[in-house]
Amino acid sequence: MYFTLFITVLITAVVLVVAAYVIAKLIGPRSYNPVKGEPFECGIPTHGSSWLPMHVGYYLFAILFLMFDIETVFLYPWAVVVKQFGSLALISIGFFLVVLVLGLAYAWRKGALEWK
Amino acid sequence: MYDFSIVTRWIDSLLRHTLNLGDFWSILIECILVGICILTAYALIAIVLIFMERKVCAYFQCRLGPMRVGPWGIFQVFADVLKMLIKEIFAVDKADKMLYYIAPFLVIIASVGTFSFLPWNKGAVVLDFNVGVFLLTAISSIGILGVFLAGWGSNNKYSVVSAMRGAVQMISYEMSLCLCLISAVVLTGTMQIGGIVEAQHGAWLIFQTPVTWLAFLVFLVAGNAEANRGPFDLAEAESELTAGYHTEYSGMGFGFYYLAEYLNLFVISGIAATVFLGGWMPLHVAGLDGFNAVMDFIPGIIWFFVKTFAIVWILMWIRWTFPRLRIDQILKLEWKYLMPLMLVILTLTTVWVALV
Repeated sequence: MYFTLFITVLITAVVLVVAAYVIAKLIGPRSYNPVKGEPFECGIPTHGSSWLPMHVGYYLFAILFLMFDIETVFLYPWAVVVKQFGSLALISIGFFLVVLVLGLAYAWRKGALEWK
Repeated sequence: MYDFSIVTRWIDSLLRHTLNLGDFWSILIECILVGICILTAYALIAIVLIFMERKVCAYFQCRLGPMRVGPWGIFQVFADVLKMLIKEIFAVDKADKMLYYIAPFLVIIASVGTFSFLPWNKGAVVLDFNVGVFLLTAISSIGILGVFLAGWGSNNKYSVVSAMRGAVQMISYEMSLCLCLISAVVLTGTMQIGGIVEAQHGAWLIFQTPVTWLAFLVFLVAGNAEANRGPFDLAEAESELTAGYHTEYSGMGFGFYYLAEYLNLFVISGIAATVFLGGWMPLHVAGLDGFNAVMDFIPGIIWFFVKTFAIVWILMWIRWTFPRLRIDQILKLEWKYLMPLMLVILTLTTVWVALV
């Protein structure tokens, strides 16, 4: 039943987008000229493609995110059973968190958290 | 408390037994009803929020806001929706057409998907998975993909810069958002949204431990950044990037981003209200039975809406009060302050649960 509802929600979202697009296609005006096909950048003609190499800082934070997001994924199942296991849960996650905090401290020390 | 599942069970038995439809048809009709309910609530709340934002913004800037269309401008939003619907759908010549048209789907799927997790009342929640909170964060991160693909697919330099900024900001703040939810899961012992609300029967979560109110504040900050709203709106910083990742979208294509932004605001407020302020659970104080009985008299849906709109109001207040942050300030705030703070709060919460 849950799976059916989940699919229903996804289909609802898709239907919303498709319906609005179809209405706009049916009643919207249509015209074309070359200037209209230009991207909007300050009004002067665009030079080259926009798909350029970006600042490396973005990728650095993406890699850090991968590391720490996996951490949060591992924390979820542990969080459910903390109440049952009591102090045992605290000790077992303690090691995990210490390693992660050391990792964060290392990244901090190395300057990975600075935007340069 | 009034239980909404009585109504849903009645509809189910009406379809199955009274009308004598088979399994397939009754489930199909129920699913269509659920879809219609979601779309109606989605559209109504978007309209209310857009109108509210304009009036709140005007109030903070000592203006009147929209006043022309209808009394106090209440039909302004309908006029805007109509205008967007009759605009041409148009893509830039050099745009990556596939990514350009897929991106709004992802954004709307993320926003409708997370919207369906909100518990409106006892028994009135569409998706009540036992892995609820986990799935919620998983679906909400699809929205990041939508923002990134929109900016990248537009082939506009401003949009690509905006997509990069949006992606790095949203993935960063997702982490402290997750840690806030984990600290709530530690306290309640379940990931199910309904179970989290039931666990706050005695007291709301922010009153259960001395540190949870900090997690609530971090959740508001991280949620505001996750919804891409000011002072964290540098992905659509209109003074430097025109409109950011949706510069090249026309008509309803832009409309979806606008819609999703407001619904994300509502979802963030709704989740904050559900997880930390008890959702539809009335205010209960241990020992005061008479007071609790009076509070139980107010329906759950009113509690939910009052809490959610109070948080929406606070977030709008923040948006129209603070200046926009720079990208390095945003990342510093998340990685050097909020995340270590949340790790400390999570440890303290665990110690509280394990030892007290």
